[in-house]
Amino acid sequence: MAVFFQVVLDGLLNGMLYALITVGLSLIWGVMDVINFAHGEFLMVAMYVSYWLGFLMHADPLISWIASGAFVFLLSVIIYKLIISQLIGKPALSVLLATFGLSMLLKNICLNRFSPNFKLLSDTYLGGKVIPLGDIILPMPQFVIAIASLAVIMYIYRFITRTKMGWAIQATAMDRDAAELMGIDTARIFALVFGIGGACVGIAGGLLPMYMPVHPEVGSLFSLIAFVCVALGGFGSIVGSLLAALLVGLVEALVGFYVAPIFKYVAVFGIYLIVILIRPRGLFGW
Amino acid sequence: MNHAKKSRGLWYSVLLILALLPIIPGPLQGPFAQHVLVLILLFACMSQAWNILGGYCGQVSFGHSVFFGIGAYGAGMAVVTYGLTPWPGALAGALLAAIVAMAISYPCFRLKGHYFAIATFAIVEIFNRLFMVWYWVGGALGLDYPIIEEGWKNFMWFRTKTQYYYGAFGLFIIVFSFVRWMEGHKLGYYMRAVRDGQEAAESLGVNSTSVKLTAIAISAFLAALCGAFFVQYNLRVDPPMVMSLDMSMRFVLITILGGLGTLWGPLLGAAILIPLQEYTRAIWGGLGGGVDLIIFGILIILIVTRQPKGVMGFISWLANRSRAAKGGDE
Amino acid sequence: MALLEVRNLTMKFGSLIANHDVSFVVEEGAIVGLIGPNGAGKTTLFNCVSGVYKPTSGKIYYDGVDITRWPPHRVARLGAVRTFQVVRPLNDMNVLDNILVGAFLRTSSFEASLEVAEACLEMCHLEEYRNKRAGSLTIGLKKRLELARALATQPRLLMLDEVMAGLTGTELKDAMDLLRDIKARGITLLVVEHIMEALMPIADKVIVLDGGIKIAEGPPSEVVQNERVIAAYLGEKFSKRLRGMKA
Repeated sequence: MAVFFQVVLDGLLNGMLYALITVGLSLIWGVMDVINFAHGEFLMVAMYVSYWLGFLMHADPLISWIASGAFVFLLSVIIYKLIISQLIGKPALSVLLATFGLSMLLKNICLNRFSPNFKLLSDTYLGGKVIPLGDIILPMPQFVIAIASLAVIMYIYRFITRTKMGWAIQATAMDRDAAELMGIDTARIFALVFGIGGACVGIAGGLLPMYMPVHPEVGSLFSLIAFVCVALGGFGSIVGSLLAALLVGLVEALVGFYVAPIFKYVAVFGIYLIVILIRPRGLFGW
Repeated sequence: MNHAKKSRGLWYSVLLILALLPIIPGPLQGPFAQHVLVLILLFACMSQAWNILGGYCGQVSFGHSVFFGIGAYGAGMAVVTYGLTPWPGALAGALLAAIVAMAISYPCFRLKGHYFAIATFAIVEIFNRLFMVWYWVGGALGLDYPIIEEGWKNFMWFRTKTQYYYGAFGLFIIVFSFVRWMEGHKLGYYMRAVRDGQEAAESLGVNSTSVKLTAIAISAFLAALCGAFFVQYNLRVDPPMVMSLDMSMRFVLITILGGLGTLWGPLLGAAILIPLQEYTRAIWGGLGGGVDLIIFGILIILIVTRQPKGVMGFISWLANRSRAAKGGDE
Repeated sequence: MALLEVRNLTMKFGSLIANHDVSFVVEEGAIVGLIGPNGAGKTTLFNCVSGVYKPTSGKIYYDGVDITRWPPHRVARLGAVRTFQVVRPLNDMNVLDNILVGAFLRTSSFEASLEVAEACLEMCHLEEYRNKRAGSLTIGLKKRLELARALATQPRLLMLDEVMAGLTGTELKDAMDLLRDIKARGITLLVVEHIMEALMPIADKVIVLDGGIKIAEGPPSEVVQNERVIAAYLGEKFSKRLRGMKA
């Protein structure tokens, strides 16, 4: 029985990680109707930043997440201005292809410079530490990420719903032309949103080296899972993608343990297909 | 009908050039160059197969590596597991791919935009993992070819690549002739109508579901034939090699680079990407330091932002400019 | 002989009733106008008849066949073809290819379809644009293309949704002549229009919708004097002007 709770706990913690990675994508998708195929590679870049800070300067991920987050925020804004802004309003395929090209570019630059080898930080503060809770254990790094995820999501929620800038973002998401007519600089909003989306994934990537090795391919699967979470939760719903992320984390853990590890993602993608075919708008989408 | 005459001239010229390529003495004679030529034709065919569904019919799927893989496994199983020649396996694989394609895509057709694309990613990932654990097809180890008698019956050669080249050329003729025919036939018009305006097309009597199913069945069938060729050339196959998102995206990107929805786009795209890929790998070894993909990534970004119609678009832009300069109208 | 019969048609979107209990017939060979204020449910009616929407209740009969809830392509195959209020050209194809798509409905032969397409190209005065990309045309030309394309399907019933919107002066006159020409070829027309000066002189019968309900049906001369119609749509001044117009 304890094993079951352990699996569930691990699944939920992983789900919170997915939630943090997904919330950025959901925001971007909801406001700009853009799928950033390079989302996972932004995560990879953040992980490398954090890794190198740790390896070269012994900075702990608990600190270097700030640098990672900032770096990916800037990278996102630059990418927005150079690439994404030219493609707003063009068919969805254009952005998808351009960001896929970007993901190939980022992945292979890292492959070229850093080699395909897995790199893991060996002396982080929380690495390997656990808190025993009766018969199950709570792994500290994953727990901290889950907390961070919750904090970030709550902060973003408050930001979107309670601040003037947040309302401007909502207005732009609902009707770009109308927002322009009301004096909102929507191009700046888009850049900001793209940056925030990147920053979320940057924070996640900054913390991940506490327990996850970094390598050029690390982001790919996260991209797909994030897409599945956003689509499963429904286009435009941040809460929806959070719940979907938790669901995905749970399914992955339970199937991985009780069936076979190879089927983890078969189940996840399978659930996506089943849900989307029954409810083409996702669980909570509009 | 000046237009038709010009395109026929171009078609036969290209066929002639391709037919003569391996015989031209010089740098194209070496085994590596021949290898690159074979791959160019193979990937051109494969991308063209994708182009039928994605470029002409407008249904962009990222799952085509599944059909490629089914074809590869079909031929592979025939040779490795059952000791036959690859031909029945290739045919079986192609038919199976067409059936699987129709079965999977039918429910997916009502998904819009992003959801459909992600569904195709999901399908590749699922197939990839299923094949990894499926004992009958060799699981994660895949299929390795035994050394058997070379020749057209077994479609295998060990000493030179020339026959492979002409095999690929044969495949090229099949795939590209079909698309040429389709462009001028009712099916081609209906497919493009579905692409450009499904509702408008339906109001004109086009059964969009049946058109899309036809397109994907043909597309999958041809893709599987390419997969069968691939395994005969590569002499081994395993799930990550053929049933991967990377492979799928390659077909998409080659077509986009060359020119989506055009006859020559896939050939042009392959002619650019494959040499890039193979020569960087030869120079730098292994994955070539990913240099080919770095360049490819930049190219794709440039194409999508500047010239979405790819190389073909660039060519017709040049043609328009020179026509305008000459002051004539067609 | 009624080519199209709509019986007690109701179309609801949730609690919004777009068409309520609408019934009318369109006789073969006639030009029937469908008018009414914006939001009256005219395009919704078209969408129900052509199969884009499945009506909540009621029946639609075409040439005696019950086509209620039929998918759009089947309705078009029978010979009931519609155009769209917001034009939908097949943008990346050229004008001739657009029309060819329509022509292919009746034959698989390229040559035969080309003949039909050329004829429609001529009839709608689009010959000089044949190789232009449809997406690059002006709105007026796009409307003509939409009409030519529909004609290429060799319909028996042609349903036009505001095909004259945005046209002025001679363009309007040409459009009216074209509709008369189409009628002369034996094609029945059901036409949604706001431009009364263009519609009234050529229509055999006019149906008036307001708020989803049919409020009048009859020859133009009667409808323009109908008080409900005047109140809901035409207005007194306009009605007087129309009554003074020659048919």
